[in-house]
Amino acid sequence: MSASYQTMFGWIVWRDLILAWRRRADVLATLFFFIIVTSLFPLGIGPEPQTLRTIAPGIVWVAALLASMLSLGRIFGNDYQDGTLEQLLLTPQPTYFVVLGKVLAHWLVSEVPLVIIAPVLGLQFGLSQNSLAIVVVSLLLGTPVLSLIGSIGAALTLGLRAANVLVALLVLPLYIPVLIFGTGAIEAAVNGTTTQPWLLLLGATLVLALVFAPWATSAALRISVE
Amino acid sequence: MSKRKMNWYKYAAPANFYPIAGKMIPVFTVLTVLLFVVGLYVGFFIAPTDFQQGESYRIIFIHVPAAWMGMFLYVLMALYAGVGWAFNARLGSMMATAISTTGAIFTFISLVTGSLWGRPAWGVYWVWDARMTSTLILMFLYIGFISLQSSIDDPRRADRAGAVLALVGLINVPIIYFSVQWWNSLHQGSTITAKSFKMAPSMLAAMLILLGACWMYSIAVVLTRLRYIIREREHEAPWLAEAVV
Repeated sequence: MSASYQTMFGWIVWRDLILAWRRRADVLATLFFFIIVTSLFPLGIGPEPQTLRTIAPGIVWVAALLASMLSLGRIFGNDYQDGTLEQLLLTPQPTYFVVLGKVLAHWLVSEVPLVIIAPVLGLQFGLSQNSLAIVVVSLLLGTPVLSLIGSIGAALTLGLRAANVLVALLVLPLYIPVLIFGTGAIEAAVNGTTTQPWLLLLGATLVLALVFAPWATSAALRISVE
Repeated sequence: MSKRKMNWYKYAAPANFYPIAGKMIPVFTVLTVLLFVVGLYVGFFIAPTDFQQGESYRIIFIHVPAAWMGMFLYVLMALYAGVGWAFNARLGSMMATAISTTGAIFTFISLVTGSLWGRPAWGVYWVWDARMTSTLILMFLYIGFISLQSSIDDPRRADRAGAVLALVGLINVPIIYFSVQWWNSLHQGSTITAKSFKMAPSMLAAMLILLGACWMYSIAVVLTRLRYIIREREHEAPWLAEAVV
């Protein structure tokens, strides 16, 4: 008797979380990358509080994009090399849930720490409390989309030369709507206008990505593993 | 079943399409030259000078067709790639690969001519206008497709991976376009749009003729590239040795 797809989904998430826990350094490296990149901007641009407040939304989001880029190779990379991925694709459960489980684990491991640390970084840029709340909400809605779209790129570039650079070329243009909606929400909060439309758009993007991205990733995985 | 009915699927086989493409290329080349000559003549000698922009507006005769071609060819490329992937028709995938370079070149031309036109018309080479920004992103999508395909050694995998990427890009194009438009209206301050630009009939005619010329050029070039791709990939097939003497 084979396990139900819910059980399978749970196992995959749990397994990836354990694996990530055993390689804590990788996870922390992404987090520190995010912190360092955001801290470089004030050094490059100057300590003017007004300027920093204007550029803060863009910097937080661009840094989040780049940081999530770094960890994409880990979603499928190790499983591809040791053959686990092939076994996962051969299971009777739908690949959609295998992918969704791995993406969820990636989000929990690589993106959630960024969301947690982001308000602290926002303080460096002199954002108000209300804006900081929007930073967290917009990242919470937007970063899962980054993981979902990123998983397509990660699956397509499995085992290729220079996969890390290539994945950036493929995925960054597709991230643009998330970047625009996310920064739009924070900017609206900084300017004191309504943030709701931007958050709704982010939510809509998330729903779309949830439905389509794992499907495209499954297709890409089958192509790459074949 | 009437005997006259042609079996179009026959031409999905590279062996059958290769000679046909060879016969089509000269026709489209002649049409390209003809339409370019006529279109450029109408554009430079018949179309009147614009009273606001002077002579500099004439760059639209290449800019607008190039921008349209860049977009059309992306859709076409994604569709061919999708057909090639779904029906396992390798000619479709080869077609997508052949189109990608031409599409990227047209997108690049539209970006360059757009900024050259922007200088006299707006005073700056580049503004983060919604259309220019989304054209730039389209260029990035082309670059992604081409670099993905060229870094995969196995042609079948390159075809399919390219198809997934092109189709994901195709779904994303409208989302990107609208998000860029909203982003643009958010930063209204920096936006400069071309003032209402009324076209004389001869201007429109020149533009449409040159659009036709660009289409014919694309077909001729894509078919030529397709033939090279077929020759490269099927170099062990016996039919090719007979076709290429």
